[in-house]
Amino acid sequence: MANQKIRNFCIIAHIDHGKSTLADRILEKTETVAVRDMEDQLLDNMDIERERGITIKARAVRLKYTAKDGEDYIFNLIDTPGHVDFNYEVSRSLVACEGAILVVDASQGIEAQTLANTYLAIENDLEVVPVVNKIDLPSADPERVCNEVENVIGIPAMEAPRISAKMGINIEDVLEKIVTDIPAPSGDTEKPLKALIFDSYYDSYKGVIIYVRIKEGRVKIGDNIRLMATGAVFTVVEAGFMDADKLVNNGSLEAGEVGYISASIKSIGDTRVGDTVTNNDNPCDEALEGYRKVNPMVFSGIYPSDGAKYGDLREALEKLQLNDASLSFEPETSVALGFGFRCGFLGLLHMEIIQERLEREYNLDIITTAPSVIYKVTLTSGEVQYIDNPTNYPDPALIQTAEEPMVKADILAPSEFVGNIMELCQDRRGIFKDMQYLDDTRVNLHYELPLNEIVYDFFDVLKSRTRGYASFDYEMLGYVPSKLVKLDILLNGDIVDALSFIIHTDKAYGRARKIAEKLKENIPRQLFEVPIQAAIGGKVIARETVKAMRKDVLAKCYGGDITRKKKLLEKQKEGKKRMRQLGTVEVPQEAFMSVLKLDS
Amino acid sequence: MITKDTGIYIHVPFCAKKCAYCDFYSEPYRKNTVENYVSAVLRNIKAYSDKSCIADTVYFGGGTPSLLMPEQVRTIIQEVGNNFILSENAEITLETNPNTVDLKKLSAYRKNGVNRISIGVQSMIDTELKFLGRMHSAERAEKAVIDAYNAGFENISCDVMIALPEQSAESLLYTIERITALPVKHISGYILKIEHGTPFDCDMIKNILPDDDKTADLYIKMVDFLKNKGFLQYEVSNFAVKGYESRHNCRYWKCLDYIGIGTSAHSCHNGKRFAVDRNMNDFIESPVQKITITDDNPCGFEEYAMLRLRLAEGLNVNDFPEHKNSLLKKIPVLIQSGYINYDGNYISLTPSGFLVSNSVIEYLVF
Repeated sequence: MANQKIRNFCIIAHIDHGKSTLADRILEKTETVAVRDMEDQLLDNMDIERERGITIKARAVRLKYTAKDGEDYIFNLIDTPGHVDFNYEVSRSLVACEGAILVVDASQGIEAQTLANTYLAIENDLEVVPVVNKIDLPSADPERVCNEVENVIGIPAMEAPRISAKMGINIEDVLEKIVTDIPAPSGDTEKPLKALIFDSYYDSYKGVIIYVRIKEGRVKIGDNIRLMATGAVFTVVEAGFMDADKLVNNGSLEAGEVGYISASIKSIGDTRVGDTVTNNDNPCDEALEGYRKVNPMVFSGIYPSDGAKYGDLREALEKLQLNDASLSFEPETSVALGFGFRCGFLGLLHMEIIQERLEREYNLDIITTAPSVIYKVTLTSGEVQYIDNPTNYPDPALIQTAEEPMVKADILAPSEFVGNIMELCQDRRGIFKDMQYLDDTRVNLHYELPLNEIVYDFFDVLKSRTRGYASFDYEMLGYVPSKLVKLDILLNGDIVDALSFIIHTDKAYGRARKIAEKLKENIPRQLFEVPIQAAIGGKVIARETVKAMRKDVLAKCYGGDITRKKKLLEKQKEGKKRMRQLGTVEVPQEAFMSVLKLDS
Repeated sequence: MITKDTGIYIHVPFCAKKCAYCDFYSEPYRKNTVENYVSAVLRNIKAYSDKSCIADTVYFGGGTPSLLMPEQVRTIIQEVGNNFILSENAEITLETNPNTVDLKKLSAYRKNGVNRISIGVQSMIDTELKFLGRMHSAERAEKAVIDAYNAGFENISCDVMIALPEQSAESLLYTIERITALPVKHISGYILKIEHGTPFDCDMIKNILPDDDKTADLYIKMVDFLKNKGFLQYEVSNFAVKGYESRHNCRYWKCLDYIGIGTSAHSCHNGKRFAVDRNMNDFIESPVQKITITDDNPCGFEEYAMLRLRLAEGLNVNDFPEHKNSLLKKIPVLIQSGYINYDGNYISLTPSGFLVSNSVIEYLVF
């Protein structure tokens, strides 16, 4: 039998509801980390995570807790990403747990992601332990929030610990709940090894480190393990658990435990998350049910600002991919932007995070193209194509039907904003499904929305129209036929491939006009007039002109001082490097980025 | 025997009052300091002494050179003559501020060797002069020109400034009309530029200045109007009756030799460009002025082209044969846009080309 003193759990919460702070307090209370070593939000060790208050990669840590019953327990806290883009990572973390702590903000109540993640936990048969956080806030109303949890989610919540993770209030109640409410793991230690890989990362010294949940049997140093999906066999070099800040190699793991295995695995490609690890000499009968493969939903081109940095960009993407299998990329070429990569992301946030990491961690200046979804196009020949790059969109004459992906969206917000939200969703071709009051003041609106309407700036606009109060979550629904067109942007008569995109025909005119205006704002006047056109097929539907510059002269070079003029010329030469030369037109990089944010 | 020639620039960094748009180096006028400064200038002329070299021009620039006493100007010119071969028809220019001169002083300058006078008129409209912080009136400026003429100056230049607040084509033409009615042979018409760190470098001023399009219109009007009056454009900002182009200033645009003496003065001399440090005490006390080399291999293609293209004469494509093809490839679109002319040898900028000369030059040269 598996160790009955083990509790494997995760924490799920909406962004900013205090998940990471609670994790820190738990680490502190269990004395996993000496208080003086505490750095706020220890589990989030990427800069971006800490700044954005979100957790991107799943992580796991082992804690010791002496409960009020006098017994010592081992807690395995598995951290999960909070955002919808990472649902896939959430679900793979959940499979390693028996329970989930659901953190709800005592003043804000349930939010869109709370719901999404809770349903995921329930689907995975996890025991959900609600906790009401931030009771120290003046606006806290734990009673109302507990009611909301009971009414909306349908789990008992009146007994939920009411805590303040920030102030360290009632943290022990949470720890006791973990002991009493979350079941101990099951599983036979005597059976052949059967372990689930729920995460992995690449360590430059040890090779791939896999995070596993041992379902049955045991594993120790020297064992030959087989990864069942790929059939690859490795010899275990280390097996152990994760302390707050390091790996502790204690030689073995057994059923019920969560830990890591290092086995000189060279390539992350060998270790598919969701795969089953077994003993090569004494294998189990069948693999665990894995995960569904995750498919990128949003695509965009990423190009180095400086063409010479193409190699650096590739290297950076490769490194990111080592620890983020959900990132896909392949080389592509643009007339306008040169050599770059077509990258696939789980969603918008994922895209932003990758862009930011490229810029910050790898110090790369990049240009990204407008995000695109995957369109399904059936040609008159009967052939079906999936198009993720507008450049590849077929000639309209060859298209029999075009389909676009739809999502099912939950939008939670105070009821006073319902009008604004409906207006926005309508504008984005949304189909209203229904609306549900969570309590007197808050509603949950259900919409079906085309994914391509939300990949640009939907969330930003939603936030601004609800004074920041709305939360939003979505899941894929499937494809529906749609009237799509490819919109091209021409500068000085030439199509700029990097600016083309696919759009619903009803929205084409408005978008075309806005893009033309934005480009006019962002393309500086130059020696020659620059006509900006937006066209569908050969038909121009919007036009702006950047007039030729009239004045760019140093009138005076006094007393033979030509240093200034030379400096100016050198500055101009330097500035030119930051421009993209398209024929005779010089386009600053900002112009490419400006069309991504049309409503701001 | 190869004869060398040069131009001598004397910087006179004293002003009665600093103009709000000006970022040239200057110090308040003090009699003692000026005397010491002049001694240092004389010392330095000696330091560059080259008795085989013709000094073709002498130029007193400022600052306000007309704050120098005629006697001081004379000793400086004499010292040039003692250390160089001062050419018989040397062009000797002195910049003046209308307020600092009268017939008597101008006559003395003329008698002491100055043969070209440049007057900082700027505008013939008092409100515009006031905006610029100039202490003279239009009437005073007019009188200075007439005094100069009566003092025996045949070669008189006036400075005019364009792109002033509320300046219209009419008001600009009025200024030009009044100046060209005077016995003037040369006009410098500068577009007001807000220099970083000057009192004009603020939103209050910038917001009331004409925009680029309006400025460009004013410039084109100025060029046309001066042409009608017989003043031909020979450089971005300079216009002259034929034969009265400033020989000294042309040395700058033709990559010819010139020696600058005085604080912040620039030189292109013996194959190097250098600048004198901006420090009054240093200059007065050092036996030889302290310089910083800004370029020890000047007049390469880029620089040569950039300077030459400031002149209406333009750039001879045969001067740098290795760049000829690249230049010829680029010119059709510039001709088509009306920025340049090409006569088979010279690429020359048109007035609207001068207006965007930074970009045209960049396009041609890089």
